[in-house]
Amino acid sequence: MKRSGPALSVQNLSKRFGDRVAFEDVTFEIDYGEAFGFLGPNGAGKTTTVRALSTLISPTSGSATVAGIPLAPENGERIRQSISVMPESPGLYLRLTVAENLECFAGLYGLSDARQSVDRVLRAVNLAERDNEPCGKLSKGLRQRVSLARALLNEDADVIFLDEPTSGLDPAAAREVHDLIDGLRQRGVTIFLTTHRLEEAERLCDRVALLNTTLRAVGKPDELRERLFAKTLTVRTLAPIPDPDWVFGGLPAVDGWRQDGTGTYMLTVSDPAVAAPHVTRALVASGADVLSIAESRHSLEDVYLELIGEDTEAVPQ
Amino acid sequence: MSATTTRVRAIYRKELREYRRDRSIIATMAAIPLGIVVFPLLLVIALPASAANSLQGDPLVILLGIPALVPSIVAGYAVVGERVQGTLEPLLTTAIRREELLLAKALAALVPSLAIAYAMYAGFVICTKLFAQPAVASVVLHWPYVIAQVLFTPLIIMWSIWVGIAISTRSSDVRVAQQLGALAGLPVLLVAYLISFNVIHMTLGLALGIAVVLLVLDGLGWRFVAAAFDRERLITNTK
Repeated sequence: MKRSGPALSVQNLSKRFGDRVAFEDVTFEIDYGEAFGFLGPNGAGKTTTVRALSTLISPTSGSATVAGIPLAPENGERIRQSISVMPESPGLYLRLTVAENLECFAGLYGLSDARQSVDRVLRAVNLAERDNEPCGKLSKGLRQRVSLARALLNEDADVIFLDEPTSGLDPAAAREVHDLIDGLRQRGVTIFLTTHRLEEAERLCDRVALLNTTLRAVGKPDELRERLFAKTLTVRTLAPIPDPDWVFGGLPAVDGWRQDGTGTYMLTVSDPAVAAPHVTRALVASGADVLSIAESRHSLEDVYLELIGEDTEAVPQ
Repeated sequence: MSATTTRVRAIYRKELREYRRDRSIIATMAAIPLGIVVFPLLLVIALPASAANSLQGDPLVILLGIPALVPSIVAGYAVVGERVQGTLEPLLTTAIRREELLLAKALAALVPSLAIAYAMYAGFVICTKLFAQPAVASVVLHWPYVIAQVLFTPLIIMWSIWVGIAISTRSSDVRVAQQLGALAGLPVLLVAYLISFNVIHMTLGLALGIAVVLLVLDGLGWRFVAAAFDRERLITNTK
């Protein structure tokens, strides 16, 4: 079904608990089918934002629409019917089996054929064979998968909120969850992913927002890199170039250069695709023994550290 | 089936499954009624026929302690239990309304409590008939009292449930919630003992009056607990 308008629209949203600011003046929009990463250190307000958008807590000020429905107490039931939330902690009934946990939530989502829906989501998270196991006997990674399966139960969900879905998981289990989320993304499900794992956001999200109580930036990872960092080419030669100014000076798209160690030169360029061939030809013409010419790529971690700073308790992973 | 019915049924079934597999709940729900029923039953069975008329108090009324105390075990667990095991947040992010959630939890506490209370009554009545002296049995099994208790039992259970759930929504510890819920059942026990020892003389009018008051309290209990059920406070513990 073609849906109009954004899946999530947030305008100047703020939440305070007494004197403590959880998040403030947050504004962004997410389109249907988009995977949106919400990044920030611990205590930045990510989980509180998810709770506000899923009607668990009331914002102090600002407005939002969730799946086209205005965020207001009287719309709580409609909004919650239109979303799914995977909280940071799996929150499973440990005495019940996997299937019993999911059957309960299938009923809460008003699904007519609970058993069929449970089978569907269990297949989606590769747990079909373990439906009769008590959740208390599952590993942490498997519990996260059951939690994800529970979020997938709501067939009416226009937006799925995933709050730190790989928190506390070992790399193998985290990769499994990544693959499942990637599968959702491929199917065009709108995903709101909060995380402080930068590589997770970079891999899974179309756009990201950086939050540290206030929103620091919103955009595609590449856009944020471009916005914050000059583009550079890194040139490595076997021996230092005798007269680098003569080689690099005046080349198209090359704005400047600096030497960074013996035989390594960092060139500030306006367009790497234009600059690189000219730089290569100039180096060859000068007789330099070229080892490599590569575009320097700033990671999302560089963007994060630039915007959030190092005054945070979270260490990017 | 309406959405409300489906949601209430989902929680109700989940609750019963959880209770069935929680040994501490089963043990407590078995121990309390047995503790209440054993002493008056032994007293009635051991009483000689000649002493039937000297029987002080109505042992059957003492059994009202079962509907007053047993539901607090599960009702006290209802909300704080979800909070402690981290299941409240996923539950509250579904479309379920607080009235539906509370009704489902109350029903899940009502059914086992009612079954236990009636089973204990039935056991007491049968044992009295079988093992007590006929003269004692005829004094104890005063049928208007038996019928009154059958009617009072669900009303007392519901009251105990709403008090237990109200305490559970404000508590951060399961045991504390259950103990406070049990304490809240003590006034009912006190009234039962006063009736049993004829300090309060039970008449049909008084019985009906108490029933109406309990019925109103049960209705108000649901409304009050639903109004006091604050998602934000329960999730963030800040308000």
